[in-house]
Amino acid sequence: MKTAVVVFPGSNCDQDALKAAGALPGTEAAAVWHKDSSLPAGIDLVILPGGFSYGDYLRSGAMAANSAIMTAVKDFAAKGGLVLGICNGFQILTESRLLPGALMSNDCQHFVCKPVTLRVERNDLPFTLDYKKNEIVTIPIAHGEGRYFIDDEGLKRLEGQGCVAFRYCDASGTISPECNPNGALNNIAGITNERGNVLGLMPHPERYSEKLLGGDDGAKFWTSVKKWLEGGRR
Amino acid sequence: MTYGIRLLVFLKEGVLDTQGKTVAASLKGMGYDCLKNLRVGKYIHLDVEAASEAEAAAQVEKMCDDLLVNDIIEEFKIEIEAARV
Repeated sequence: MKTAVVVFPGSNCDQDALKAAGALPGTEAAAVWHKDSSLPAGIDLVILPGGFSYGDYLRSGAMAANSAIMTAVKDFAAKGGLVLGICNGFQILTESRLLPGALMSNDCQHFVCKPVTLRVERNDLPFTLDYKKNEIVTIPIAHGEGRYFIDDEGLKRLEGQGCVAFRYCDASGTISPECNPNGALNNIAGITNERGNVLGLMPHPERYSEKLLGGDDGAKFWTSVKKWLEGGRR
Repeated sequence: MTYGIRLLVFLKEGVLDTQGKTVAASLKGMGYDCLKNLRVGKYIHLDVEAASEAEAAAQVEKMCDDLLVNDIIEEFKIEIEAARV
């Protein structure tokens, strides 16, 4: 499992992503600069990490979505390559139209930084094979603009196609406005494309990949991708 | 010719404008009961070299499509100032 973590000016979770995605035996992860026009050969997974690319100017992720490396990332995704966008990376994926919708200012108008509980809606994706369906996991969020928005028709399509991968929930798995930290439609925390090879989410699995850091519910992202690359399917 | 262009970008009607809502709540709290609606947008000023007003507007519309505006959530209006040689 070879991972490329794209570094944009203002990325600040790239080192965490490199560490988390390259920690398992038989895995390696390398940083790729946003001005590069191609990905290294033999890459299995591209991570667009969290942070504040281009200072979040204009709209979060808008400038990064137009950087040189994104042409290569789009080609990679079109060929079925695995692309994971975390937080600002999710914003970059929606801005580059690799995923539908947009991420807007939290309805509470605050930057929210805390562990949240999520319900795993899809465990048949390359990124989620090792989770159980409807498993409740704790993974931290840290964002000011994480309110997932899409028009009514788009939301219907997204839900109809089962493209919601994670939802904010309470400890028992119930989805309610009280456990929605940002006002996201339908408590959406993460979505996938129809093909299932591109996933974006606001929570940070790379920050909860070792117990020492407070929790390891995010570690299954990396074991899942490894399993999937080795032929594991659900 | 150089055309000065005022680009106004707003969230579409129906898209929750958290900033506008907060500013409106403040004004109401200050006693401005007359306030019925307030939306916060962006003003971007561009100087564009073009042969005509139409060409300048077309260039800016293309910039909006490519980067300046996200049509999922935003809409825009272009206002053109008098041309300068």
